[in-house]
Amino acid sequence: MEFFKIRRDIPFMRHAMVFNIISFLTFAAAVFFLVTRGLHLSVEFTGGTVMQVGYAQAADVERIRQTIAGLGYSDVQVQNFGTARDVMIRLPAQKGVSSAQQSEQVLGALRTTDPSVSLRRTEFVGPQVGEELAADGLKALAMVVVGIMIYLAFRFEWKFAVAAIVANLHDVIIILGFFAFFQWEFSLAVLAAVLAVLGYSVNESVVIFDRIRENFRRYRKMSTVEIIDNAITSTISRTIITHGSTQIMVLSMLLFGGATLYYFALALTIGILFGIYSSVFVAAAIAMWLGVKREDLVKAPARKEGDPNDPNAGATV
Amino acid sequence: MNRYPLWKYAILVIALLVGIVYTLPNFFGEAPAVQVSSAKATVKVDATTLARVEQALSAAGIQPESTTLDASSVKVRLDSTDTQLRARDALQKALVPDPADPPYVVALNLLSASPRWLSALGAAPMYLGLDLRGGVHFMLQVDMQGALTKKAESFAGDLRTQLREANIRHAGISRDGQAVQVRFRDGQSMEAARRVVADQFPDLQVAESTAGTDYLLTATIRPEAARRVQEQALKQNILTLHNRINELGVAEPVIQQQGLDRIVVQLPGVQDTAKAKDILGRTATLEMRLVDESAEARAAELGTGPVPFGSERFLERDGRPVIVKKQVILTGDSLTDAQPGFDSQTQQPKVDLTVDAKGGRIMRDTSRENVGKRMAILLFEKGRGEVLTAPVIQSELGNRFQISGSMTVNEANDLALLLRAGSLAAPMEIIEELTIGPTLGAENIAKGFHSVAWGFAAIVAFMAVYYALFGLFSGLALAVNLLLLVAILSMLQATLTLPGMAAMALALGMAIDSNVLINERVREELRNGVSPQAAIHAGYDRAWATILDSNITTLIAGVALLAFGSGPVRGFAVVHVIGILTSMFSAVFFSRGLVNLWYGRQKKLKSVSIGTVWRPGADGAITKAEGR
Repeated sequence: MEFFKIRRDIPFMRHAMVFNIISFLTFAAAVFFLVTRGLHLSVEFTGGTVMQVGYAQAADVERIRQTIAGLGYSDVQVQNFGTARDVMIRLPAQKGVSSAQQSEQVLGALRTTDPSVSLRRTEFVGPQVGEELAADGLKALAMVVVGIMIYLAFRFEWKFAVAAIVANLHDVIIILGFFAFFQWEFSLAVLAAVLAVLGYSVNESVVIFDRIRENFRRYRKMSTVEIIDNAITSTISRTIITHGSTQIMVLSMLLFGGATLYYFALALTIGILFGIYSSVFVAAAIAMWLGVKREDLVKAPARKEGDPNDPNAGATV
Repeated sequence: MNRYPLWKYAILVIALLVGIVYTLPNFFGEAPAVQVSSAKATVKVDATTLARVEQALSAAGIQPESTTLDASSVKVRLDSTDTQLRARDALQKALVPDPADPPYVVALNLLSASPRWLSALGAAPMYLGLDLRGGVHFMLQVDMQGALTKKAESFAGDLRTQLREANIRHAGISRDGQAVQVRFRDGQSMEAARRVVADQFPDLQVAESTAGTDYLLTATIRPEAARRVQEQALKQNILTLHNRINELGVAEPVIQQQGLDRIVVQLPGVQDTAKAKDILGRTATLEMRLVDESAEARAAELGTGPVPFGSERFLERDGRPVIVKKQVILTGDSLTDAQPGFDSQTQQPKVDLTVDAKGGRIMRDTSRENVGKRMAILLFEKGRGEVLTAPVIQSELGNRFQISGSMTVNEANDLALLLRAGSLAAPMEIIEELTIGPTLGAENIAKGFHSVAWGFAAIVAFMAVYYALFGLFSGLALAVNLLLLVAILSMLQATLTLPGMAAMALALGMAIDSNVLINERVREELRNGVSPQAAIHAGYDRAWATILDSNITTLIAGVALLAFGSGPVRGFAVVHVIGILTSMFSAVFFSRGLVNLWYGRQKKLKSVSIGTVWRPGADGAITKAEGR
C-alpha cells in the first residue's frame, strides 16, 4: 500500500501566509475565549469536594439537584458522568465543614429519595493544594518550553527553536481555547495531556527541521523555500501516518477509556490535529521568515557534504 | 552491511528474557493471604512472630504456600480463600488470646500469585494505584508553625530555669510567635544571659535591642535547628500514623512523606472513611507515675493480694505486672524529646529524655523525694495502658534526664521511638481526600486495558498492511516495547494508575513514529533507486538522528512533568518517560535486529517487502518492489 504518490514538491510555503493568517485568527479566538470565558477548572485546582455516585437505574439529575439545593448549597453542579447511572456532584469548599461531613450529608439526603444510590468516589481538595497545583503546572509548562528551546537552539539554531516554540505554544493555546469555549473540565490529567502535546508537537517540528538541515547539506543549489517545500513533502507521508497511528491510540482511549480519560483523550486529539498543521505551516514558515540560511546549519567547512552515500549525512556534525 | 555481531543479538535476547520474567508476575493475579501485623506500638513483628505463625499454622494442619517476613508484618500465602479463612481463624486464636486487647492484627490480604521462582528473582507485579483497586487517599498537612511554636514555648521555659540557676535577674520572659523575648533592666544582666544562651542553647540565636529603658534579648530558633525540628515532627507524625493505621488491619497501607510538610496516606480497600479518619486523628498518651512499692503492692504484684487502694495494676512489655500509683506525675505533653544514645561513663545504651520547664520542675521535686524508688512510664493506647519501662530514680532529676540500664542498642532505639511516637509532634489537618469504590477501580482497570489493547491491535494491523513484512517487524518491535515498559515499571515497583495506563497507550502510539520514520526512509531510498541492502542501511542510519532529536524533546516534556507534577500527572509522567526510552531501544535496535536477521545474510537481495514503493517513472507507471 502507498497512500502518497507525490510527483513534485508541494509548494507549501507559497501558501504559508494564508495559513498563518488562519492560524493567527484561531489563536486570537482561543485567547479571546480563554480571557472571556476562562477555563472550567477541576476541583484539583479550585479546591472543593467532588462526589461521584452511582444509581441502580438511570439517575434523575434534576431531582438530585433539588435534593442538594434543599441542603442549603447554592453553587452546586450536578451532571451525568460517563453513563446515565453515574452522576458527578461538585460542591464548593465550605469553611468549617469538612469534606467528609459534606459528602456524608449529601449522600444521606440522596438516600432518602433513592436508596439505591452508592458512593463511587469522593474527592476533596483544599484550596491551598489547588493553588500549588496550578503554580506547579505553570512551572512545568515553563520548564518544558525553556528546555526544548535550549535543546533545539543547541542542536539546530535559535531560529528553529523560536519557530518550534511559537508553533507549539500556538497548539497549546488552541487546546486551552477549546476547553474554554466548550467549558470542558480542565483537570490535572488534561494538563498532563497538554504538556504531552507540547512534547509531541515539537517532535513533529523536529522531524521537519531535521530534513531541512539535511536538504541544506545535500542540495546546494536550491533556494530556502524550495528546500523547506522539499523537506515537508518528503516527510508528509510519515507525518500523516504517525499522527494517524497516535490518533488511533487516542481514539481507542476516547472510546474505551471511560469518562475519566475522556477529556484527556479529547485534549490529545485536538493537539494531534493542530500539531500536524502547526509543524507543517506554522513552524516551517516562521523559520523561513526568521531568515534561515544554509550557513546557519552547515557551519563546518565542507568535508563530505552533499555525498548521498555518506551514512552520517543526516547526523549532526 | 546489515549484520549484527553476535553480542548485539545476545543483548536483544537478554533484554527479551528479562522483560518476560519481570512482566510475567502481572499476569498471575493475586492469591489469598493472611497478614499479621502489630496492633500496638509496643509489639514488634520479627522472626519470633514468624516462628509462632508457622507453629500455629502447622498445629491447625494448614500448609501455607509461603510465609514471609517483611519490615512490619508476616504474610502467609495460601492456596484458596477457604484455607485463607481457616488460617485467619487459627492465627487469631493463637496470637490474639484476648480480643479486647489484641497485640496483633490478623487481616485478610492478597499477595502476588506468581510462582516462587519468579518471586525469588525479585519479580513482582506492579502496584495498583487506588484508582484501580479502590480505597481511600488522604493528604495531611502538618502544621509546622505549630511545631515550631511548641518548641519555642519549651525553650522559653528552659531559658527561665537556666537564668534562675545562673542567678541572672530579668524583668520577664515572653514568647512572641516563635521568638522568645527576655527583658532586662541593665546591660550586664543581658550580657550574662547572652553567654548563658550561647553556652546552653546551641539551637538558639539571639539579637539585642532596647525597648524604652529596658534591654531586650530576642532569641529565635536557628534555621538549621528549625529544619531539624520540622523534620523530626514530620517523622514522628508518620510513625504515629503507622502505629494507628496498623490497627485498621489494612493490608498494604501507604504512608509517605510528600514535600516538606505533607504526608500522604493511602488505604487500599478501605471504604469506611469515617473510621479511618477517627483512627488517624486519635492520640495516644504517655504518663509517668510512681511505682507503688508498699508491701501490699508487692503482694499484689506476685498475685497473692488485692491491688492497694490508690494504685493500679499494669503489665510490663514482657508481661510482668507492675503496681503503679494512680497519681500522674507528668503526661506526654511535657515530654519534648526522646533520643537514644550511649552513657559516656558506662558506655551503655540509654535514652535521653527532655521535658519542658514545667515538667522539669515537677520532675525535680518528685525525684528529690523519691530517690531509689521506681518510676513507671506508661503508654496509653485505645484507653489501655502498658508500662514501657520502670527504671529506678538514681538521683535528683532536672528537665533533662536519662533512662539507662540493661538495654540493648535496639531496645534503646525502640524505647526512644515509642516515647516519641505516643502523640503527634505537630497538629495535622486533612487537605485532600479521595475515596474510590472497589467496583469503580475494577471498571477503571478494564477501561485502561481495553484502550491499550484495541489501540495496539489497530496500529499493528495497519502497520502490517501498509508496510508488509517491515510493518510486521515494527509491530513486533512495538510489542517488545510494551513488554519492556511493563517489565521496567514492575521492576521499579511503580504504582500503576489510570493516567499511567493512558500514558502507556500514548507511548505506544508515539513509539510507532520511529518505525514509520525508518520505513518511510527505506522506501524513499528504494524510490531513489538505491539497492535494497543499502536502502535498509541508510533508512535506519538516517532516521536515527531524527528519532534521537524528536525523542529527546519529548523526553524534556516528560521530565518536566515528572519534576513538577503530582499525583495523576506524576503517574502519567513516569510511564511516559520510560516509554520513550524503551521505544528508542525497541524501534531502532530491536527492529533492526529482526530486519538484519531476515535480510542481512542475503548477499544478492533483489527486493524488500516493505509494501508498495511508488516511483514517478517517465510514464507514471507504478513499479512494485515486491517481497519474497
